[in-house]
Amino acid sequence: MPSPAAAPMPALALSGVTVRFGTFTANDRIDFSVGSGEVHALLGENGAGKTTLMRVVAGLLKPQDGTIAINGTPVTLNSPLDAAALGIGMVHQHFMLVPPLSVAQNAALGLPRVGRFFPDMRRVRADLAEISERYGLEVDPDAIVGDLTVAGQQRVEIVKALYRGARIFVLDEPTAVLAPKEVEGLFRVLRMLAEAGTAMVFISHKLNEVMEISNRVSVLRQGKLVATRATAETSGAELARLMIGSDFELPHVSDTVPQDAPVRLEARSLAYRDERGVPRLDGLDLSVRRGEIVGIAGVDGNGQQELAEVLTGLRQPQSGTLMIDGTDVTGSDPARRIGLGLAHVPEDRQRTGIVDLSIAENAVLETIDRPPASRRGILSHSAIRAFAETLIADYDVRCTGPRQPITTLSGGNQQKVILGRALSRDPGVIVAVQPTRGLDVGATAFVHRQLLEQRRRGAAIVLVSTELDEVLALSDRVLVIYAGRIVGELPRNQIALDRLSALMTGQAAA
Amino acid sequence: MSAEPVSTPAAPARPTGRFGDAGRRVAASIIAVLLALACGAILIALWGVNPVSAYGALLNGAFGNLNSIAETLLRAIPLTCTGLAVAFAFRAGTFNIGAEGQLMFGGAAAAAVGLALPHLPPLLLIPSMMGSAMIAGALWSLLPGVLKLRFGANELITTIMLNYVAIHFISFLLYGPMQESAGYLAQTDRLDRATTLPQLIERTRLHIGFLIVLGVVALSHFALWHTSWGYKLRVVGLNARVALNSGMAVTALTVSAFLVSGALAGLAGYMEVVGVQRRMIEGLSPGFGYTGIIVALLGGTSPLGVLAAAILFAALQVGATTMETAEGVPSTLATIIQGLVVLFVIGRGTIDLALRRRGSA
Repeated sequence: MPSPAAAPMPALALSGVTVRFGTFTANDRIDFSVGSGEVHALLGENGAGKTTLMRVVAGLLKPQDGTIAINGTPVTLNSPLDAAALGIGMVHQHFMLVPPLSVAQNAALGLPRVGRFFPDMRRVRADLAEISERYGLEVDPDAIVGDLTVAGQQRVEIVKALYRGARIFVLDEPTAVLAPKEVEGLFRVLRMLAEAGTAMVFISHKLNEVMEISNRVSVLRQGKLVATRATAETSGAELARLMIGSDFELPHVSDTVPQDAPVRLEARSLAYRDERGVPRLDGLDLSVRRGEIVGIAGVDGNGQQELAEVLTGLRQPQSGTLMIDGTDVTGSDPARRIGLGLAHVPEDRQRTGIVDLSIAENAVLETIDRPPASRRGILSHSAIRAFAETLIADYDVRCTGPRQPITTLSGGNQQKVILGRALSRDPGVIVAVQPTRGLDVGATAFVHRQLLEQRRRGAAIVLVSTELDEVLALSDRVLVIYAGRIVGELPRNQIALDRLSALMTGQAAA
Repeated sequence: MSAEPVSTPAAPARPTGRFGDAGRRVAASIIAVLLALACGAILIALWGVNPVSAYGALLNGAFGNLNSIAETLLRAIPLTCTGLAVAFAFRAGTFNIGAEGQLMFGGAAAAAVGLALPHLPPLLLIPSMMGSAMIAGALWSLLPGVLKLRFGANELITTIMLNYVAIHFISFLLYGPMQESAGYLAQTDRLDRATTLPQLIERTRLHIGFLIVLGVVALSHFALWHTSWGYKLRVVGLNARVALNSGMAVTALTVSAFLVSGALAGLAGYMEVVGVQRRMIEGLSPGFGYTGIIVALLGGTSPLGVLAAAILFAALQVGATTMETAEGVPSTLATIIQGLVVLFVIGRGTIDLALRRRGSA
């Protein structure tokens, strides 16, 4: 491996790059560089600012402050065309390919030097074949892109970028779409590229992959670059700590859950494979007692989302059983589970939690079929409005009134409506996923108080969060999820951070 | 008058009650129609006719006297029905381009029942004809509904395709088992007087079917805004995932929307058979099913809006004849104006945005 420090002039260097959206700072004075032949990993949770930084490099976003230099020369990137002309090649998570066209046609698309009206496709095919050969990419220039596997399409993206003269690669979570075997193949290609002197930015939140492929790692947290380490001199545990931050305090929840409290939610051997057959939940067990908060800790993308959706009925597992208060609900739809007292505070508010109607209409989504919201199928607008007004007052929703469209509220206030809607039903089981993502400090504390209040009331709560301090602060027990399994369980007074990090990164057996 | 940037998260939320939004949408629709008429005026002027007198003739033809008003409202009957049909499907997040075929089935079913049971007392006969028309339309619309839910077939395609199947199947019936006794034309025998709906205005063709349609509009409005079914339908249409997560029976709701949509289109067929043709004929509909799509969009997929849009389109169609005879403007120009309305309705979002900007400046 060539030593990155030996490179006199980094291929790409960002200094002081700052991007603000309104009052929100997505990238705060970021210094970042990558040298020729180096793989520099960019690590961070969702929302840490990785994607924003990548968009800056791609020429899709102009930073308010800071400079970008390529081979030591300051540049201005006004568009993706500028970035491409300077040798920056992007491999997006969602491929930028035209499926019905061949590999060669995709590579040549819009490229002036191929010839505008009578493109010299024979040249293109020969060049692509040569590139594919040189890097061991196994890409057939005549293949139709739509016929290729996802891994194959990813290699097409790489070949395309190389054909267009890329010397600096930015790979946005390239392994997220790949099966484990395919990841190995990708890493072989990346090593070949590094040997040929290509500079690579490898964006990921998977620690083991970062440890395997990179020369250096930089960690982003809440828009700031908190550390840059040589991979050889760090560990997965240290990176996990840097990623999630270690500044947390346990609140003083003195009471403990009695051992004989009844189990309200029980999942046994849940297994779920996604559309591509990739296992997302792999024999997962979970049981939550009355008056207990069970935190699910883990690095994003280890099955948390699938777990929440299987618990709430948005997805059906291929095997396993699920019981709510002793009733088997395996395979039943969300309606039945809601009827049995399940409440869902979904991860993705916009997509799953709210609908583009008024606050009042959103407040009764789950209770519309029973009095007082409706009687014999006829709505009672006055009762709905009254309920919404109570909810607005109780949950301190900042708005102009029940008629205000919910989409005009801030994320925190939308979340309060969702929470109020769910908790007003006195649910027996609550599945809360990232309940404070994107909320300010005040709203976060409010959500936490509400969850603790529900715990006191006797609800069984599953708290899925990648905010480690949140999980640690609220949970009676912390379960660590890794690769779709619960790999460890830590009671609240016995949580050692090192052990937790090791479990979260799959480096310790349960 | 530069507007506030929309994306500022800290910007205080603007108080927008449902009324304010609705008002702006109505204004946008009216502006869309006026722009279409303005473009039409240019075309009329190019034809060498004074647009003012041409539009005067059109207005006169549509609303000039009692008979023309009656003719306009008579034309609005099927357009309101098909407009509502499309609107309900739209609200549930699906497209029903198949109102045309559902209308044909509705008409055929009404005629079949009317011819088969001529001796039933009118109080029984009229509801059973109307009911069978609605059931026939609903069943025909169930087919694309099932294809969509069971096999994921795009209803945009299947409903259009099934229109042709319906139209040709009805032609087969009208040339075969249902053909008139005389055996010349593709039509059924004339329906008995007992089956017809009473006149609403004397010495005009307007029948009490118009009142029935007004009732259906009111009922639709009530169903959409004042029943839990309508509420859930709207939620499914806006975001099916949210609906599912909230415990709504998304599949059943979607099916119900298809059924209601088809029943309303079938009702249009009944109205044409009983109120206008007095028999089932080949080519019963001059595109009511397709015009219904425009009516639904122009009416903002709300029942009251659909009624207003249906009357507007009826007026355009009825008045065009007078414009042709009085001013020599070919009635095809009225068709072009209808087309322009479609274009401006599609672009209505831009008008809405402009109004919104002005409102918040």
